[in-house]
Amino acid sequence: MYNYRYYCKNLHKYIHIVDVCFFTVSQEQIKNLYQRFQQLSGNHEKISRDDLERIPALNNNPIRKQIITAFFDKRNQHQNDVGSLDEIGFEQFLMVMSHFRPVNSTATEEEKAIVRKQKLRFLFNMHDTDNDGIITLDEYRTVVEELLSQSGAIETEVARSIADAAMLEVASTNVPHMAPDDFYEGITFEHFEQILKGIEMESRMSIRFLDMNTATMRCGKLSS
Amino acid sequence: MILILLHGSRGEIPSKPIAATILPFVKPNDGVQTYPEDQKNNLPVFTMNYPRIQIPFEITLWVLLASFAKIGFHVYHKITIWVPESCLLISIGLIVGAIMHSVHEEPPAVLTSNVFFLYMLPLIVLESGYFMPTRPFFENIGTVFWFAVVGTLWNSIGIGISLFAICQIPAFGVQDINLQENLLFSAIISAVDPVAVLNVFEDVSVNEQLYIVVFGECLFNDAVTVVLYNMFSFVAEMPVVEPVDVFIGVARFFIVGLGGMAFGILFGFVAAFTTRFTSKVREIEPLFVFMYSYLAYLVAELFAISSIMAIITCALTMKYYVEENVSQRSCTTIRHVIKMVASISETLIFFFLGVVTITTDHEWNWGYILFTLLFAFVWRGLGILVLTQIINPFRTIPFNMKDQFGLAYGGLRGAVSFALAFTLPDTIGRKQLFVTATIAVILFTVFLQGISIRPLIEFINVRRTNRNLETINVEIHCRLMEHTMAGIEDLCGQWSRFYWKDKFMKFNNRILRKILIRDGRAESSIVALYKKLELQNAMEILDTASGNISAAPSIVSLSPNVELLMTKKFLAADLRNIHDILSKNMYKIRERTVAYRGKHALPNDSQTREILIRRHATIRRSLRPRSFQSSNVPRTHKYFSLPAGKSLESRFDAARWHYTDDHETLSEVAYPSQRSRFGKPARSSSSKAMIPLHRLGTLEEVPSTDVLNEESSSTGQGVFRTNSSYSDSRVPHPRRLYSLFDDNNSELGHVVLIQLRDWPHQEPSQGP
Repeated sequence: MYNYRYYCKNLHKYIHIVDVCFFTVSQEQIKNLYQRFQQLSGNHEKISRDDLERIPALNNNPIRKQIITAFFDKRNQHQNDVGSLDEIGFEQFLMVMSHFRPVNSTATEEEKAIVRKQKLRFLFNMHDTDNDGIITLDEYRTVVEELLSQSGAIETEVARSIADAAMLEVASTNVPHMAPDDFYEGITFEHFEQILKGIEMESRMSIRFLDMNTATMRCGKLSS
Repeated sequence: MILILLHGSRGEIPSKPIAATILPFVKPNDGVQTYPEDQKNNLPVFTMNYPRIQIPFEITLWVLLASFAKIGFHVYHKITIWVPESCLLISIGLIVGAIMHSVHEEPPAVLTSNVFFLYMLPLIVLESGYFMPTRPFFENIGTVFWFAVVGTLWNSIGIGISLFAICQIPAFGVQDINLQENLLFSAIISAVDPVAVLNVFEDVSVNEQLYIVVFGECLFNDAVTVVLYNMFSFVAEMPVVEPVDVFIGVARFFIVGLGGMAFGILFGFVAAFTTRFTSKVREIEPLFVFMYSYLAYLVAELFAISSIMAIITCALTMKYYVEENVSQRSCTTIRHVIKMVASISETLIFFFLGVVTITTDHEWNWGYILFTLLFAFVWRGLGILVLTQIINPFRTIPFNMKDQFGLAYGGLRGAVSFALAFTLPDTIGRKQLFVTATIAVILFTVFLQGISIRPLIEFINVRRTNRNLETINVEIHCRLMEHTMAGIEDLCGQWSRFYWKDKFMKFNNRILRKILIRDGRAESSIVALYKKLELQNAMEILDTASGNISAAPSIVSLSPNVELLMTKKFLAADLRNIHDILSKNMYKIRERTVAYRGKHALPNDSQTREILIRRHATIRRSLRPRSFQSSNVPRTHKYFSLPAGKSLESRFDAARWHYTDDHETLSEVAYPSQRSRFGKPARSSSSKAMIPLHRLGTLEEVPSTDVLNEESSSTGQGVFRTNSSYSDSRVPHPRRLYSLFDDNNSELGHVVLIQLRDWPHQEPSQGP
């Protein structure tokens, strides 16, 4: 099912990624992810966007485009690159997945803060499509429209106004005393953190990569 | 006066003032004697027929007395901070009971366990179920059931067996209690009681996880308690217990638990379905909620399955759909009434607990009772410890030691145990001892643990909740995270709770909503929140403006300058102006889930009056030099909190307006927007928030035909120009003011929404 030799050869590298990312998942979970990666890529070494877009289960997700793009976004690779890749290998796949690992209960406060920042950064990158470090009104609008696109009969105006209201909220929370002629450019990462500081991310953005039943690993591809 | 009344009745309430703070209790009946009849048998001028009204009269007086007590407590704020209300009420009950005992009166006959189980308990449980915060509940549902079921089992069996061991010691003189009876007793006292716990926990703002687990546990352990109680009372009469009985017990547990839930869900759906058709009979809408829940409870009692679970599941299921179907006024009525009856029921329960404590015959046995207390405490602590160890790996946020302490210490016993003790069959020899022991345990836990839990929790610094105000951003991002996680899971081929939640939401949207909701469209929670906030804001503003529309501060209008937005920047002046102008009415969005804000606060109350700034201001219009607009800021700008520019339909269709005959409180008016007459480019769409007005179902509007025509004749695509331009001086008469303030202002704070537009109206001549 997967290329065992390749896997073993690179296992040490994957574990290194694990350590780098404070991964708390076990080798078992890495193996599961590797299996899935192989399945998605059709046993090649790299996954392209088409591979991911072919997953049928994602069709109903209103933000599938953003999710898929997130995988190919260089900013999610914990390096300081910007731009996007065309294909990703397993290490990059793991890197992106590492954003969702559950926090170990023995982690210290700093580690938890780092993890939280990582997760927030992931979300921020999802919004900030033009890589300028700010979420502008248009970008936010796009987000809200996408989110609401599956709710049926929500017209763009509603989505827009909701996005506008949200922006206004951010502005008022973060820069309450703007001078009369200032412009509020957009949401920076600090503002983003600020408005979401009440939410508890650990439970909301964590997955345990359990062993998957092969029967569930159907992604619409013909290859085994 | 007391004596006279006592003559005429049995068990009358003493009229003596209980505490200095309680208002003097005015006796409605003057103790006027009937004149003795003279020989001629004249028509009696004045008669008194007490027995006829005795029962309702006594009930009313008891309720009033308990309510006065509640009023009294709040006169002294300091008391309620340190002493939970349940303790105070029990104390008052003790005093009243002492008084009654000293005059050798019986407690009112109305207090039987039947009354408790059939009339008082369902109300309290309904309130708990209705206001339960659903999202945290479902996220923690495994833990809740784990503690409720296994925890209660552990407690009962542990306590029972240890007590049996104690009974073997001859020194205590209780050797005649056999194992079954001990187990029966322990089943009674191991049930953590929702009434007591919530009363205490409401003031101690522990973190959400802890709260929901305690809350859920005490609500749902009823299933186990019912089974154990029935099983053991049945078995207590049998000389020998066989293993097959244990299996039957287990099977019975599943029937009881699942049956209760099934009934609840069934009635919940039926209720939701019924409310779909009640648009013409709005006055009786709240009735359905109550009747169906109560029916669920009674039917479950009929089959001796867990009625508490039935009513809770009914409330949970029903709430979501019913609140969409009924009118706003009915919704408020439902909430208010539930809170009211639950509050009074709870007050009465504690009160009577105190009274009956004094007036029953007690049998005291030091050894047994002390050991009961000890074991109750010890086994709960042990149970929590062990169970948490087992379940922590499955939780995303494990419980630390402090949380566990909170859980263990918060296991108060209360009225349910009390009532169960009273229903013990008389065949049990030591019934009085059991009753006494139960009362002792209850009083001990409520007083000692109830009073000390608050300082202890603060001392050991249990994680507190951060009641994040639910802003639109938070809501959007919560949604976003859910979708992201569901997407990632699909990508990895994983199934977990996001998957199930997603599936359920799809099922809900596709099927359930169509059936159960009138005009059931799939609706995003973001939009729902947004609408709700709008409504609440409207009410807030009207409250502060005392319903006088013209006195409402002239504030924000809705549509931003389109040109401004095109540059993708917000003008700070707008924000600044919003701040200034709204300074009196600053508000923040209230929490959506308000269940644990405060037990006796209505969900829509708000102490803070800060207005959320949501709209871009068009105030800038008054400040910025405009190249293309006239600067005619209408003096009488009113705030439309509901930004109704147009409905979500592409056409401003008059047929969409719902005319309700009975003048619903909430009429959200869509005011037709002004169009910019200054040659704005067609593509600039206004960012006015459009709310799908018809969705609220309570709209009432008298459309102004000419405005409608105007709009229809405009782009017709629902693109509205900003209403910032007006060069015409014609002011439309307030035909667009629809809400009915007059009769609505006197409602339960539920004021109607406003909408007034007095700015000049445009001629439809220049629109693009």
